[in-house]
Amino acid sequence: MTQARSLIAAACLAAAGAVQAQTSTADGIAQYRALLADGNPAELWEIKGEGLWKQRRGPRNASLEACDLGKGPGVVPGAFVELPRFFADTRRVQDLESRLLSCMQALQGFDAAAIAATPFGRGEQANLEALVAYIAAASRGLRFNLPQGHAEERKMAEVGKRVFFFRAGPYDFACASCHDAAGKRIRLQELPNLTLNPGDGVGFAAWPAYRVSSGELWTMQRRLNDCYRQQRFPYPGYASDASIALGVYMGVQARGAVSSAPSIKR
Amino acid sequence: MQNRREMLTRSAAVAALLAGAGVLPARAQAAYNKAAFEAKSIDDVVKALGIARPVESKDIVFTAPDIAENGAVVPIAASTALPGVKRIAFLVEKNPTTLAGVFDFSDAVETSVKTRIKMGQSSNVLAVAILGDGKVLYAQRDVKVTLGGCGG
Amino acid sequence: MSDPMRIRAQAQGGGAVVRVLMSHEMETGQRKDAAGKTIPAWHITEVSAALNGKTVLTAQWGTAIAKNPFTEFVVKGAKAGDKITVSWVDNRGDKRSDEAVIA
Repeated sequence: MTQARSLIAAACLAAAGAVQAQTSTADGIAQYRALLADGNPAELWEIKGEGLWKQRRGPRNASLEACDLGKGPGVVPGAFVELPRFFADTRRVQDLESRLLSCMQALQGFDAAAIAATPFGRGEQANLEALVAYIAAASRGLRFNLPQGHAEERKMAEVGKRVFFFRAGPYDFACASCHDAAGKRIRLQELPNLTLNPGDGVGFAAWPAYRVSSGELWTMQRRLNDCYRQQRFPYPGYASDASIALGVYMGVQARGAVSSAPSIKR
Repeated sequence: MQNRREMLTRSAAVAALLAGAGVLPARAQAAYNKAAFEAKSIDDVVKALGIARPVESKDIVFTAPDIAENGAVVPIAASTALPGVKRIAFLVEKNPTTLAGVFDFSDAVETSVKTRIKMGQSSNVLAVAILGDGKVLYAQRDVKVTLGGCGG
Repeated sequence: MSDPMRIRAQAQGGGAVVRVLMSHEMETGQRKDAAGKTIPAWHITEVSAALNGKTVLTAQWGTAIAKNPFTEFVVKGAKAGDKITVSWVDNRGDKRSDEAVIA
């Protein structure tokens, strides 16, 4: 009985016309997201990350409290919304995951390459994800303000733009195939336009996020990894220059958007 | 197996009667009703909980989204201003096992609870309120479950 | 050893709104791993909440409560400074108890 009702409802939705169906569906999804807004399981990662930031760990038995995320050693609030940025000590533009790898190696003695090779959600990678959640949360409500003062930062923005529009892979997709215009969607997922400035607040500005479908906290690196999986591309190297460049391009486009990270996503 | 299930059902029913009569101390938590959580239909859950047939009622306020972007997490809420409601059970008709959870309220809490459930597919979801005098009321919502993106 | 719950208790009217985020896999027992073997069910079975040591709410959960469950309820006759304790037991016999002070 219920099945017939659902089938009829589905047929009605289809018959009512694409635009109408999209509006009521979009409203439905907006309601679903609103109901989930309070009580984001990402908070569990934020709490864990705060502990890890302060805890003495690794072969050097040191905490991360001397780690410079761009605003000075140990300064966490406001750091997230200015990443990726150029760092003088490593002489490269780094995103949050990349910078944490540097600090975990330099300060705590961990093997950054080994962490980069560790699957998402496991071992030290899971700890890094918690740190990302904590650091992002400390900038919640602040507006993205990535620096572009350094030549390297500007270069990476340009590289990122080219990566964004680069079509390849078996489907000849680029990031732009899904994310370069308003009004696109896959099934019921509205696709954010990542080329917009100021940012729309739901694309770049929402990661890291708790992914309901896998019940885990996804960092931007993981989100990009999954984007490439969906495009049927080979996976980018973890915290590789290409992935960082993408972050610079999207982050610059998102300047002015308010960070809601870590948010909650499907 | 049968005997154990009968015994559990009977003891749950007796417990419910005793609790209603005020004989049990308010906070003796009933034994875990394994049979109810293994039941595969609304009728079987009702039987396993040892309650009367639920009657639809507008006095049960049940909030659930029309569409869940992902069935893994569906936020629901039930509340009622009716006095005497002792427990609220959430049932998902099309789930592999129908009963999602049961909440038991003492006089020290409002009869109101928000939680999150998993749904395997689009389905009717029911909030069943059990009163101390044995009356059983329910409200239901039809929740559509979707799958997003390029394959999960 | 499981991760701590996040309990927020906010005084409101003559009572308090309590919001609890638990960290738990809530494995249904329906999924199979890469080798095709069923991943056994692992879920919270019983929950209880207490105000200043006296139980006020209990619950029984099956496998269809979501992973990392969020629950919200309202305690009557409570004020800032009172203590809320939330405990759970799962089907493996693991237990967890955390507390928070009403703000």
